[in-house]
Amino acid sequence: MPEPYKILVVDDEPDLEPLVRQRMRRQVRSGRYTFVFAQNGVEALERMRDEEGDIDMVLSDINMPRMDGLTLLEQIPSVDPNVRSVIVSAYGDMKNIRTAMNRGAFDFVTKPIDFEDLQITIERTLRHMEEWRDALISRDKLVALQNELEVASKIQQSILPTEFPKSADYEIYASMHPAREVAGDFYDVVRLANGKVGLAIADVSDKGVPSALFMMSSRTLLKGTAVGVGSPSEVLAEVNDMLCEGNETVTFVTVLYAEYNPANGKFTYSNGGHTMPVVIHEDGTSSLLPPTRGVALGVMPGLEYQQKTVTLTPGDMVILYTDGVSEAMNVDNEEFGVERLCKIFADSPPSSAAEANQRVFDAVSEFAGEAPQSDDVACLTLHHRG
Amino acid sequence: METITAREDGVLIAKASGRVDGANAREFQNNLEQAIESDDKIVILNLRELSYISSAGLRVILLVAKSLQSRNTDFAICELQESILEVFQISGFDQIIPVHASESEAIASFNG
Repeated sequence: MPEPYKILVVDDEPDLEPLVRQRMRRQVRSGRYTFVFAQNGVEALERMRDEEGDIDMVLSDINMPRMDGLTLLEQIPSVDPNVRSVIVSAYGDMKNIRTAMNRGAFDFVTKPIDFEDLQITIERTLRHMEEWRDALISRDKLVALQNELEVASKIQQSILPTEFPKSADYEIYASMHPAREVAGDFYDVVRLANGKVGLAIADVSDKGVPSALFMMSSRTLLKGTAVGVGSPSEVLAEVNDMLCEGNETVTFVTVLYAEYNPANGKFTYSNGGHTMPVVIHEDGTSSLLPPTRGVALGVMPGLEYQQKTVTLTPGDMVILYTDGVSEAMNVDNEEFGVERLCKIFADSPPSSAAEANQRVFDAVSEFAGEAPQSDDVACLTLHHRG
Repeated sequence: METITAREDGVLIAKASGRVDGANAREFQNNLEQAIESDDKIVILNLRELSYISSAGLRVILLVAKSLQSRNTDFAICELQESILEVFQISGFDQIIPVHASESEAIASFNG
Protein backbone atom coordinates (compact mmCIF):
# COMPACT_ATOMS: atom_id res chain seq x y z
CA MET A 1 0.00 0.00 0.00
CA PRO A 2 1.35 3.46 -0.81
CA GLU A 3 2.32 5.85 1.96
CA PRO A 4 -0.50 8.20 3.00
CA TYR A 5 -0.28 11.74 1.62
CA LYS A 6 0.98 14.08 4.32
CA ILE A 7 -0.98 17.32 4.50
CA LEU A 8 0.18 20.27 6.59
CA VAL A 9 -2.74 22.34 7.94
CA VAL A 10 -1.77 25.85 9.06
CA ASP A 11 -4.28 27.85 11.13
CA ASP A 12 -4.18 29.80 14.41
CA GLU A 13 -7.70 28.65 15.22
CA PRO A 14 -7.28 25.84 17.81
CA ASP A 15 -10.68 24.31 16.98
CA LEU A 16 -9.66 23.46 13.42
CA GLU A 17 -7.42 20.51 14.29
CA PRO A 18 -10.13 18.36 16.00
CA LEU A 19 -12.60 19.38 13.29
CA VAL A 20 -10.31 18.25 10.46
CA ARG A 21 -9.48 15.01 12.30
CA GLN A 22 -13.16 14.34 12.81
CA ARG A 23 -14.38 15.19 9.28
CA MET A 24 -11.47 13.47 7.53
CA ARG A 25 -11.37 10.46 9.83
CA ARG A 26 -12.33 8.01 7.06
CA GLN A 27 -9.51 9.15 4.79
CA VAL A 28 -7.08 9.00 7.71
CA ARG A 29 -8.24 5.55 8.80
CA SER A 30 -8.03 4.19 5.23
CA GLY A 31 -4.45 5.41 5.02
CA ARG A 32 -5.09 7.97 2.28
CA TYR A 33 -4.13 11.09 4.29
CA THR A 34 -2.21 11.91 7.37
CA PHE A 35 -2.31 15.41 8.88
CA VAL A 36 0.31 17.61 10.50
CA PHE A 37 -0.71 20.89 12.14
CA ALA A 38 0.93 24.29 12.64
CA GLN A 39 -0.39 27.50 14.21
CA ASN A 40 1.28 30.04 11.92
CA GLY A 41 3.71 30.46 9.02
CA VAL A 42 6.87 30.26 11.10
CA GLU A 43 5.77 27.02 12.70
CA ALA A 44 4.67 25.67 9.29
CA LEU A 45 8.14 26.21 7.81
CA GLU A 46 9.68 24.51 10.86
CA ARG A 47 7.37 21.51 10.38
CA MET A 48 8.32 21.32 6.73
CA ARG A 49 12.00 21.32 7.60
CA ASP A 50 11.41 18.65 10.29
CA GLU A 51 9.56 16.47 7.82
CA GLU A 52 12.40 16.77 5.27
CA GLY A 53 10.35 16.85 2.08
CA ASP A 54 7.66 14.44 3.31
CA ILE A 55 4.90 17.07 3.18
CA ASP A 56 2.86 16.67 0.00
CA MET A 57 0.59 19.68 0.32
CA VAL A 58 -0.09 22.69 2.53
CA LEU A 59 -3.54 23.97 3.46
CA SER A 60 -3.13 27.41 5.00
CA ASP A 61 -5.23 30.20 6.48
CA ILE A 62 -4.30 33.76 5.50
CA ASN A 63 -4.54 35.83 8.70
CA MET A 64 -2.23 34.47 11.40
CA PRO A 65 0.17 35.93 13.97
CA ARG A 66 3.99 35.86 13.49
CA MET A 67 3.77 34.97 9.78
CA ASP A 68 0.63 35.16 7.68
CA GLY A 69 -0.39 32.77 4.91
CA LEU A 70 0.63 35.06 2.05
CA THR A 71 4.17 35.40 3.41
CA LEU A 72 4.27 31.67 4.01
CA LEU A 73 3.44 31.10 0.33
CA GLU A 74 6.51 33.12 -0.64
CA GLN A 75 8.72 31.12 1.72
CA ILE A 76 7.57 27.59 0.89
CA PRO A 77 9.54 27.14 -2.37
CA SER A 78 12.83 27.78 -0.57
CA VAL A 79 12.08 24.85 1.74
CA ASP A 80 10.46 22.51 -0.80
CA PRO A 81 9.74 23.73 -4.34
CA ASN A 82 7.56 20.71 -5.13
CA VAL A 83 4.93 21.21 -2.43
CA ARG A 84 1.51 22.43 -3.59
CA SER A 85 -0.45 24.91 -1.45
CA VAL A 86 -4.15 25.58 -1.04
CA ILE A 87 -5.27 28.79 0.69
CA VAL A 88 -8.29 29.15 3.01
CA SER A 89 -9.77 32.63 2.73
CA ALA A 90 -12.83 34.55 3.78
CA TYR A 91 -15.70 34.22 1.31
CA GLY A 92 -15.43 36.85 -1.44
CA ASP A 93 -11.97 38.09 -0.39
CA MET A 94 -10.84 38.32 -4.00
CA LYS A 95 -7.92 40.62 -3.25
CA ASN A 96 -6.16 38.11 -0.98
CA ILE A 97 -7.14 35.18 -3.16
CA ARG A 98 -5.59 36.87 -6.18
CA THR A 99 -2.42 37.68 -4.25
CA ALA A 100 -2.22 34.07 -3.05
CA MET A 101 -2.62 32.70 -6.58
CA ASN A 102 0.03 35.12 -7.83
CA ARG A 103 2.36 33.80 -5.17
CA GLY A 104 1.97 30.26 -6.39
CA ALA A 105 -1.05 28.88 -4.50
CA PHE A 106 -2.50 26.01 -6.50
CA ASP A 107 -6.11 26.59 -5.41
CA PHE A 108 -8.26 28.10 -2.65
CA VAL A 109 -11.26 27.19 -0.49
CA THR A 110 -13.46 29.66 1.38
CA LYS A 111 -14.70 29.84 4.94
CA PRO A 112 -16.74 28.38 6.43
CA ILE A 113 -15.01 25.27 5.15
CA ASP A 114 -17.23 22.88 3.24
CA PHE A 115 -15.40 19.60 3.90
CA GLU A 116 -16.82 17.84 0.87
CA ASP A 117 -15.51 20.65 -1.33
CA LEU A 118 -12.21 20.62 0.57
CA GLN A 119 -11.75 16.93 -0.11
CA ILE A 120 -12.32 17.43 -3.84
CA THR A 121 -9.78 20.27 -3.82
CA ILE A 122 -7.25 18.14 -1.91
CA GLU A 123 -7.64 15.27 -4.37
CA ARG A 124 -7.21 17.57 -7.35
CA THR A 125 -4.14 19.14 -5.78
CA LEU A 126 -2.58 15.76 -5.01
CA ARG A 127 -3.28 14.54 -8.54
CA HIS A 128 -1.59 17.62 -9.95
CA MET A 129 1.37 17.06 -7.64
CA GLU A 130 1.71 13.43 -8.77
CA GLU A 131 1.73 14.50 -12.39
CA TRP A 132 4.33 17.11 -11.58
CA ARG A 133 6.51 14.51 -9.87
CA ASP A 134 6.16 12.14 -12.83
CA ALA A 135 7.19 14.97 -15.12
CA LEU A 136 10.24 15.58 -12.97
CA ILE A 137 11.18 11.89 -13.15
CA SER A 138 10.74 11.90 -16.94
CA ARG A 139 12.89 15.00 -17.15
CA ASP A 140 15.63 13.33 -15.11
CA LYS A 141 15.48 10.26 -17.32
CA LEU A 142 15.69 12.46 -20.39
CA VAL A 143 18.74 14.23 -18.99
CA ALA A 144 20.36 10.84 -18.28
CA LEU A 145 19.56 9.68 -21.81
CA GLN A 146 20.96 12.91 -23.22
CA ASN A 147 24.18 12.34 -21.28
CA GLU A 148 24.44 8.80 -22.65
CA LEU A 149 23.93 10.10 -26.18
CA GLU A 150 26.74 12.58 -25.69
CA VAL A 151 29.04 9.75 -24.62
CA ALA A 152 27.90 7.67 -27.61
CA SER A 153 28.59 10.63 -29.86
CA LYS A 154 32.15 10.93 -28.52
CA ILE A 155 32.74 7.18 -28.93
CA GLN A 156 31.51 7.39 -32.49
CA GLN A 157 33.54 10.45 -33.43
CA SER A 158 36.61 8.88 -31.85
CA ILE A 159 36.54 5.85 -34.17
CA LEU A 160 36.51 8.05 -37.26
CA PRO A 161 40.14 8.73 -38.17
CA THR A 162 41.38 12.29 -37.80
CA GLU A 163 45.00 11.54 -38.74
CA PHE A 164 45.45 10.41 -42.30
CA PRO A 165 48.28 8.60 -44.08
CA LYS A 166 50.22 10.77 -46.53
CA SER A 167 53.38 10.83 -48.57
CA ALA A 168 54.99 12.99 -51.22
CA ASP A 169 52.53 11.37 -53.67
CA TYR A 170 49.24 12.05 -51.91
CA GLU A 171 47.34 13.45 -48.97
CA ILE A 172 43.88 12.76 -47.54
CA TYR A 173 41.41 14.65 -45.42
CA ALA A 174 37.94 13.70 -44.17
CA SER A 175 35.30 14.79 -41.68
CA MET A 176 31.72 14.07 -40.68
CA HIS A 177 29.05 16.34 -39.19
CA PRO A 178 26.16 14.42 -37.60
CA ALA A 179 22.62 15.82 -37.87
CA ARG A 180 21.87 14.54 -34.37
CA GLU A 181 24.10 13.37 -31.52
CA VAL A 182 25.01 10.17 -33.30
CA ALA A 183 25.18 9.47 -37.00
CA GLY A 184 24.87 6.80 -39.66
CA ASP A 185 27.47 8.36 -41.99
CA PHE A 186 31.09 7.32 -41.77
CA TYR A 187 34.35 7.24 -43.63
CA ASP A 188 37.51 5.25 -43.23
CA VAL A 189 41.06 5.24 -44.50
CA VAL A 190 42.98 1.96 -44.30
CA ARG A 191 46.59 1.21 -45.16
CA LEU A 192 46.79 -1.84 -47.40
CA ALA A 193 49.68 -3.99 -48.58
CA ASN A 194 52.16 -2.65 -51.18
CA GLY A 195 51.69 0.99 -50.21
CA LYS A 196 48.07 1.03 -51.39
CA VAL A 197 45.36 2.84 -49.45
CA GLY A 198 41.74 1.79 -48.94
CA LEU A 199 39.20 4.63 -48.88
CA ALA A 200 35.58 4.27 -47.84
CA ILE A 201 32.58 6.51 -47.47
CA ALA A 202 29.26 5.18 -46.29
CA ASP A 203 25.77 6.15 -45.25
CA VAL A 204 23.45 3.99 -43.13
CA SER A 205 19.72 4.34 -43.84
CA ASP A 206 17.83 6.82 -41.67
CA LYS A 207 19.74 8.49 -38.82
CA GLY A 208 20.05 8.63 -35.06
CA VAL A 209 20.68 5.74 -32.68
CA PRO A 210 19.47 2.78 -34.81
CA SER A 211 21.66 3.77 -37.73
CA ALA A 212 24.59 4.58 -35.42
CA LEU A 213 24.52 1.01 -34.10
CA PHE A 214 24.48 -0.38 -37.64
CA MET A 215 27.21 2.06 -38.62
CA MET A 216 29.53 0.70 -35.91
CA SER A 217 29.25 -2.89 -37.15
CA SER A 218 29.43 -1.87 -40.83
CA ARG A 219 32.58 0.07 -40.25
CA THR A 220 34.28 -2.78 -38.37
CA LEU A 221 33.31 -5.37 -41.00
CA LEU A 222 34.44 -3.11 -43.81
CA LYS A 223 37.79 -2.37 -42.24
CA GLY A 224 38.43 -6.02 -41.38
CA THR A 225 37.48 -7.16 -44.85
CA ALA A 226 39.44 -4.44 -46.64
CA VAL A 227 42.77 -5.54 -45.20
CA GLY A 228 42.04 -9.24 -45.73
CA VAL A 229 40.18 -9.68 -49.00
CA GLY A 230 41.25 -8.65 -52.49
CA SER A 231 39.62 -6.13 -54.79
CA PRO A 232 36.97 -3.52 -53.89
CA SER A 233 34.15 -5.48 -55.53
CA GLU A 234 35.08 -8.57 -53.50
CA VAL A 235 35.24 -6.49 -50.33
CA LEU A 236 31.70 -5.14 -50.87
CA ALA A 237 30.29 -8.58 -51.75
CA GLU A 238 31.74 -10.08 -48.59
CA VAL A 239 30.66 -7.25 -46.28
CA ASN A 240 27.19 -7.37 -47.84
CA ASP A 241 26.82 -11.06 -47.06
CA MET A 242 27.92 -10.52 -43.47
CA LEU A 243 25.58 -7.56 -42.94
CA CYS A 244 22.63 -9.51 -44.35
CA GLU A 245 22.94 -12.15 -41.64
CA GLY A 246 20.21 -11.58 -39.08
CA ASN A 247 19.42 -8.10 -40.38
CA GLU A 248 15.74 -8.24 -39.49
CA THR A 249 15.20 -4.49 -39.39
CA VAL A 250 16.35 -4.28 -43.04
CA THR A 251 18.69 -1.46 -42.20
CA PHE A 252 21.05 -0.90 -45.12
CA VAL A 253 24.22 0.98 -45.81
CA THR A 254 25.38 2.56 -49.05
CA VAL A 255 29.15 2.28 -49.45
CA LEU A 256 31.69 3.49 -51.94
CA TYR A 257 34.94 1.65 -51.42
CA ALA A 258 38.11 2.35 -53.40
CA GLU A 259 41.65 1.10 -53.51
CA TYR A 260 44.17 3.76 -54.42
CA ASN A 261 47.72 3.15 -55.54
CA PRO A 262 49.82 6.29 -54.95
CA ALA A 263 52.66 4.93 -57.10
CA ASN A 264 50.73 5.01 -60.39
CA GLY A 265 47.55 6.95 -59.58
CA LYS A 266 45.32 3.93 -60.21
CA PHE A 267 42.02 4.30 -58.41
CA THR A 268 39.86 1.16 -58.38
CA TYR A 269 36.38 1.55 -56.94
CA SER A 270 33.22 -0.36 -56.34
CA ASN A 271 29.87 1.11 -55.44
CA GLY A 272 27.12 -0.33 -53.26
CA GLY A 273 24.23 2.07 -53.80
CA HIS A 274 26.22 5.22 -53.01
CA THR A 275 26.52 8.58 -54.81
CA MET A 276 29.44 8.65 -57.26
CA PRO A 277 32.53 10.63 -56.27
CA VAL A 278 33.53 13.80 -58.07
CA VAL A 279 37.03 14.43 -59.43
CA ILE A 280 38.28 18.02 -59.32
CA HIS A 281 41.17 18.56 -61.71
CA GLU A 282 44.09 20.88 -61.16
CA ASP A 283 42.57 23.61 -63.37
CA GLY A 284 39.27 23.61 -61.43
CA THR A 285 37.30 21.62 -63.99
CA SER A 286 35.57 18.54 -62.72
CA SER A 287 34.20 15.17 -63.78
CA LEU A 288 32.19 12.35 -62.26
CA LEU A 289 33.72 8.91 -61.95
CA PRO A 290 32.13 6.51 -64.45
CA PRO A 291 29.26 4.85 -62.57
CA THR A 292 29.26 1.21 -61.49
CA ARG A 293 26.11 -0.69 -60.59
CA GLY A 294 25.61 -2.18 -57.15
CA VAL A 295 22.94 -2.51 -54.50
CA ALA A 296 23.21 -0.96 -51.04
CA LEU A 297 24.66 -3.42 -48.51
CA GLY A 298 22.58 -5.38 -46.01
CA VAL A 299 19.50 -5.93 -48.18
CA MET A 300 20.07 -9.19 -50.05
CA PRO A 301 22.88 -11.73 -49.71
CA GLY A 302 24.81 -13.22 -52.60
CA LEU A 303 24.97 -10.04 -54.71
CA GLU A 304 27.87 -9.18 -56.95
CA TYR A 305 29.42 -5.75 -57.28
CA GLN A 306 31.02 -4.16 -60.33
CA GLN A 307 34.29 -2.33 -60.13
CA LYS A 308 36.12 0.08 -62.40
CA THR A 309 39.58 1.60 -62.47
CA VAL A 310 40.56 5.13 -63.46
CA THR A 311 44.06 6.57 -63.55
CA LEU A 312 44.25 9.86 -61.73
CA THR A 313 46.21 12.75 -63.22
CA PRO A 314 48.68 14.44 -60.87
CA GLY A 315 46.84 17.29 -59.13
CA ASP A 316 43.46 15.52 -59.21
CA MET A 317 41.35 15.56 -56.10
CA VAL A 318 38.73 12.85 -55.65
CA ILE A 319 35.85 13.92 -53.42
CA LEU A 320 33.86 11.13 -51.81
CA TYR A 321 30.73 12.35 -50.05
CA THR A 322 27.39 11.26 -48.64
CA ASP A 323 23.97 12.49 -49.74
CA GLY A 324 24.03 14.92 -46.79
CA VAL A 325 26.06 17.00 -49.29
CA SER A 326 24.18 16.44 -52.56
CA GLU A 327 20.71 16.39 -50.97
CA ALA A 328 21.22 19.27 -48.53
CA MET A 329 18.10 21.43 -48.74
CA ASN A 330 17.72 25.18 -48.55
CA VAL A 331 14.63 26.96 -47.18
CA ASP A 332 12.96 26.70 -50.63
CA ASN A 333 13.32 22.89 -50.57
CA GLU A 334 15.88 22.97 -53.36
CA GLU A 335 18.66 20.38 -53.34
CA PHE A 336 22.33 21.32 -53.31
CA GLY A 337 22.98 18.79 -56.07
CA VAL A 338 26.13 17.47 -57.70
CA GLU A 339 26.39 20.39 -60.12
CA ARG A 340 26.80 22.91 -57.32
CA LEU A 341 29.35 20.61 -55.73
CA CYS A 342 31.42 20.63 -58.93
CA LYS A 343 31.11 24.41 -59.32
CA ILE A 344 32.57 25.16 -55.89
CA PHE A 345 36.08 24.87 -57.27
CA ALA A 346 35.56 26.16 -60.82
CA ASP A 347 37.15 29.57 -60.24
CA SER A 348 39.74 28.71 -57.61
CA PRO A 349 40.94 25.13 -57.44
CA PRO A 350 41.80 23.91 -53.91
CA SER A 351 45.43 23.58 -52.93
CA SER A 352 45.01 20.85 -50.32
CA ALA A 353 42.64 18.04 -49.42
CA ALA A 354 41.78 19.75 -46.13
CA GLU A 355 40.90 22.97 -47.97
CA ALA A 356 38.73 21.13 -50.52
CA ASN A 357 36.93 19.30 -47.74
CA GLN A 358 36.31 22.46 -45.75
CA ARG A 359 35.03 24.34 -48.79
CA VAL A 360 32.49 21.58 -49.45
CA PHE A 361 31.14 21.90 -45.89
CA ASP A 362 31.14 25.71 -46.14
CA ALA A 363 29.29 25.69 -49.47
CA VAL A 364 26.65 23.27 -48.16
CA SER A 365 26.18 25.28 -45.00
CA GLU A 366 25.91 28.56 -46.95
CA PHE A 367 23.41 27.01 -49.36
CA ALA A 368 21.25 25.55 -46.58
CA GLY A 369 21.13 28.96 -44.85
CA GLU A 370 18.44 28.97 -42.18
CA ALA A 371 17.20 25.48 -43.12
CA PRO A 372 18.06 22.98 -40.37
CA GLN A 373 20.62 20.27 -41.14
CA SER A 374 18.38 17.30 -41.80
CA ASP A 375 20.97 14.64 -42.55
CA ASP A 376 24.46 13.59 -41.52
CA VAL A 377 27.15 15.03 -43.79
CA ALA A 378 30.44 13.27 -44.50
CA CYS A 379 33.14 14.12 -47.00
CA LEU A 380 36.53 12.57 -47.80
CA THR A 381 39.04 14.13 -50.19
CA LEU A 382 42.01 12.36 -51.75
CA HIS A 383 44.64 14.61 -53.31
CA HIS A 384 46.78 12.71 -55.82
CA ARG A 385 49.93 14.79 -56.19
CA GLY A 386 51.57 12.18 -58.41
CA MET B 1 2.61 12.18 -47.02
CA GLU B 2 -0.63 10.40 -47.77
CA THR B 3 -1.36 6.81 -48.71
CA ILE B 4 -4.54 5.86 -50.59
CA THR B 5 -5.35 2.26 -51.42
CA ALA B 6 -7.85 0.54 -53.71
CA ARG B 7 -8.42 -3.14 -54.44
CA GLU B 8 -9.65 -4.87 -57.58
CA ASP B 9 -9.55 -8.57 -58.50
CA GLY B 10 -6.96 -9.45 -55.86
CA VAL B 11 -4.71 -6.53 -56.91
CA LEU B 12 -4.00 -3.92 -54.27
CA ILE B 13 -2.98 -0.52 -55.61
CA ALA B 14 -1.40 1.78 -53.02
CA LYS B 15 -0.73 5.40 -53.98
CA ALA B 16 1.76 7.37 -51.89
CA SER B 17 2.01 11.13 -52.26
CA GLY B 18 4.08 14.00 -50.87
CA ARG B 19 7.34 13.41 -48.99
CA VAL B 20 8.46 10.35 -47.07
CA ASP B 21 11.30 11.00 -44.67
CA GLY B 22 12.54 9.93 -41.24
CA ALA B 23 9.74 11.83 -39.54
CA ASN B 24 6.86 9.98 -41.22
CA ALA B 25 8.47 6.73 -42.38
CA ARG B 26 6.86 4.82 -39.51
CA GLU B 27 3.43 6.16 -40.46
CA PHE B 28 4.09 5.20 -44.10
CA GLN B 29 4.98 1.67 -42.97
CA ASN B 30 1.85 1.35 -40.82
CA ASN B 31 -0.35 2.61 -43.66
CA LEU B 32 1.03 0.03 -46.07
CA GLU B 33 1.00 -2.85 -43.59
CA GLN B 34 -2.58 -2.13 -42.57
CA ALA B 35 -3.73 -1.89 -46.18
CA ILE B 36 -2.19 -5.18 -47.31
CA GLU B 37 -4.33 -8.26 -46.67
CA SER B 38 -3.20 -11.85 -46.62
CA ASP B 39 -5.21 -12.84 -49.71
CA ASP B 40 -3.83 -10.04 -51.90
CA LYS B 41 -2.09 -11.67 -54.86
CA ILE B 42 -0.44 -8.59 -56.31
CA VAL B 43 0.55 -5.34 -54.60
CA ILE B 44 1.45 -2.30 -56.71
CA LEU B 45 2.84 0.85 -55.15
CA ASN B 46 2.15 3.84 -57.38
CA LEU B 47 4.60 6.66 -56.64
CA ARG B 48 3.37 9.20 -59.21
CA GLU B 49 2.54 11.80 -56.55
CA LEU B 50 5.63 11.13 -54.44
CA SER B 51 8.05 14.06 -54.61
CA TYR B 52 10.74 12.99 -52.14
CA ILE B 53 11.88 9.83 -50.40
CA SER B 54 14.68 9.56 -47.85
CA SER B 55 16.61 6.43 -46.97
CA ALA B 56 14.17 5.85 -44.11
CA GLY B 57 11.38 5.70 -46.69
CA LEU B 58 13.38 3.37 -48.95
CA ARG B 59 13.81 1.08 -45.98
CA VAL B 60 10.02 0.88 -45.56
CA ILE B 61 9.55 -0.11 -49.21
CA LEU B 62 12.25 -2.77 -48.79
CA LEU B 63 10.56 -4.08 -45.65
CA VAL B 64 7.25 -4.36 -47.48
CA ALA B 65 8.93 -6.02 -50.48
CA LYS B 66 10.60 -8.57 -48.20
CA SER B 67 7.49 -9.40 -46.25
CA LEU B 68 5.45 -9.81 -49.47
CA GLN B 69 8.15 -11.99 -50.98
CA SER B 70 8.07 -14.29 -47.96
CA ARG B 71 4.39 -14.97 -48.56
CA ASN B 72 4.67 -15.22 -52.35
CA THR B 73 2.80 -12.01 -53.13
CA ASP B 74 3.97 -10.14 -56.23
CA PHE B 75 5.16 -6.60 -55.61
CA ALA B 76 6.18 -3.77 -57.92
CA ILE B 77 6.45 0.00 -57.92
CA CYS B 78 5.42 2.23 -60.80
CA GLU B 79 5.21 5.76 -62.22
CA LEU B 80 8.30 7.06 -60.43
CA GLN B 81 9.14 10.73 -60.89
CA GLU B 82 12.59 11.41 -62.34
CA SER B 83 14.19 12.27 -58.96
CA ILE B 84 12.66 9.25 -57.23
CA LEU B 85 13.75 6.93 -60.03
CA GLU B 86 17.26 8.31 -59.60
CA VAL B 87 17.18 7.44 -55.88
CA PHE B 88 16.19 3.86 -56.73
CA GLN B 89 18.91 3.64 -59.39
CA ILE B 90 21.70 5.03 -57.20
CA SER B 91 20.83 2.78 -54.26
CA GLY B 92 20.54 -0.16 -56.66
CA PHE B 93 17.09 -1.02 -55.36
CA ASP B 94 15.69 -0.97 -58.92
CA GLN B 95 17.63 -4.25 -59.27
CA ILE B 96 15.71 -5.79 -56.36
CA ILE B 97 12.23 -4.32 -56.76
CA PRO B 98 10.54 -4.35 -60.19
CA VAL B 99 10.01 -0.79 -61.47
CA HIS B 100 7.36 -0.15 -64.14
CA ALA B 101 6.06 2.81 -66.12
CA SER B 102 2.40 2.21 -65.31
CA GLU B 103 0.04 0.17 -63.13
CA SER B 104 -1.19 -1.86 -66.10
CA GLU B 105 2.35 -2.64 -67.18
CA ALA B 106 3.19 -3.79 -63.66
CA ILE B 107 0.10 -6.00 -63.43
CA ALA B 108 0.73 -7.42 -66.90
CA SER B 109 4.28 -8.36 -65.91
CA PHE B 110 2.89 -10.65 -63.21
CA ASN B 111 0.01 -12.07 -65.20
CA GLY B 112 2.03 -12.69 -68.34
